[in-house]
Amino acid sequence: MKGLSFLTKEEYKKLTKKASNRSKILPDCLGAFVIGGGICVLGQALFDLYQSFGLDKKTAGTLMSVSLIFLSILFTGLGLYQKLANFGGAGTLVPITGFANAMSSPAIEFKPEGHVLGIGSNMFKIAGPVIVYGCFASVIYGVVLVICQYVSGVF
Amino acid sequence: MAERVGRFTVKMSKKPSIIGFAASGGKKEKSGPIGDLLDKSFDDDLLGQDSWEQAESALLCNSISLALKKAELKNDQADVIFAGDLLDQSMSSTFGLKQFRIPTVGLFGACSTMALSLSQAALAVDSGWANVAVAATSSHFCSAERQFRFPLEYGGRRTPNSQWTVTGSGATVVGFESRESAPKIDSVCIGRIADLGVTDANNMGAAMAPAAADTIKNFLTDTGTTPDDYDLILTGDLGEIGSRLLQDLLERDGIMLKNNYDDCGLLIFDKDSEVGAGGSGCGCSATVLCAKILPEICKGKLGRVLFVATGALMSPKSAQQGLSIPAVAHAVLITS
Repeated sequence: MKGLSFLTKEEYKKLTKKASNRSKILPDCLGAFVIGGGICVLGQALFDLYQSFGLDKKTAGTLMSVSLIFLSILFTGLGLYQKLANFGGAGTLVPITGFANAMSSPAIEFKPEGHVLGIGSNMFKIAGPVIVYGCFASVIYGVVLVICQYVSGVF
Repeated sequence: MAERVGRFTVKMSKKPSIIGFAASGGKKEKSGPIGDLLDKSFDDDLLGQDSWEQAESALLCNSISLALKKAELKNDQADVIFAGDLLDQSMSSTFGLKQFRIPTVGLFGACSTMALSLSQAALAVDSGWANVAVAATSSHFCSAERQFRFPLEYGGRRTPNSQWTVTGSGATVVGFESRESAPKIDSVCIGRIADLGVTDANNMGAAMAPAAADTIKNFLTDTGTTPDDYDLILTGDLGEIGSRLLQDLLERDGIMLKNNYDDCGLLIFDKDSEVGAGGSGCGCSATVLCAKILPEICKGKLGRVLFVATGALMSPKSAQQGLSIPAVAHAVLITS
């Protein structure tokens, strides 16, 4: 065995991997499935409820999204969303509620730094890249669409 | 005058004593294994302040006041304070110390700060440029999360190897005392920066283990001792993974750590899913040292303790630039 002074980074990487704990994939997936699925079921229930009030599909859908966003922010504010996420992992991240949490949690966190330099400039700290690259991807998509339409028009 | 022994170690000639010490912690620390030993604990993690950083300052302020009181000294009787923390520009130390009006030296050693400040205080007193020197540090879970990770309420998942930053602070007062029971500082060993390429900020124990191994090995070589010569070899916050790696690394050089090895990160919390691989932060080694270890030395339960606090020296910038995590460990030999 090599002594500490002769150990290479690659060898230490192997040692670290051996010594580290691994995430428990099966329970993690199950947690994500239950929590993420639960959020989706709640969404569907709200959607059906709003439709039963006589709202059309589009309005009911919008109202359902708004309700989930509201609930996510409420849970974040009450300090419960993080606890749910620690159990549910990606299950709380993927639905629309994850995005609402990513916006509201920095808003709460940076309150001591004031409204402008605190909340205003830090609110998009986590969600910002998603918006930037989301917009960028939509531009690329638009250009590809225009080219495809032009090409199919020529032939 | 302190004297150099071997390549890295400095031996105190006058053996300065730790004449006062105190630890304070938050709610989670209070409910942990050393909860009852803390001099003061707070159920409100904000300590009635407006922000987490200010709460950390209040924790530090509290520990130093208590330590000075236990040393039966007034604030103006200390000649210098050595302190540091994890935040940008050492915010919590600066704001926690300003009311004391004692000459101040700010240190940065990340989670190794307790050993770093204690070593500097010991050297200052031993060399005679200070009669009484204070060494202190603090960390707060919430301010550290803000500095290095995501907002508190962000729905992120903690990985099993991540460690939980301790909300706590420890302070020691170093000077000369006639009381026999006061712990004495025998020698110190300032560590070299070690980096074996770990980039995972959620596995700090792995990043710090090589630094701890290097410092322990250097100290043992310089002093011509083996681990069996100590009642306790105590690392700062290597946690579960780092402790395993440290033992593996030292074994390669023929140094066997046995039952007399422990880690503050494993002593401070009960094991639960939140805590992950153990406690971390400047406050981790500081609170365990001041609440548990020093009292045991005073009572004669422990004779020779090699206290090796470890620090991961990354910054949020270095992590974003994809750089690996440099680490350092400093050792202080405390004897009865």
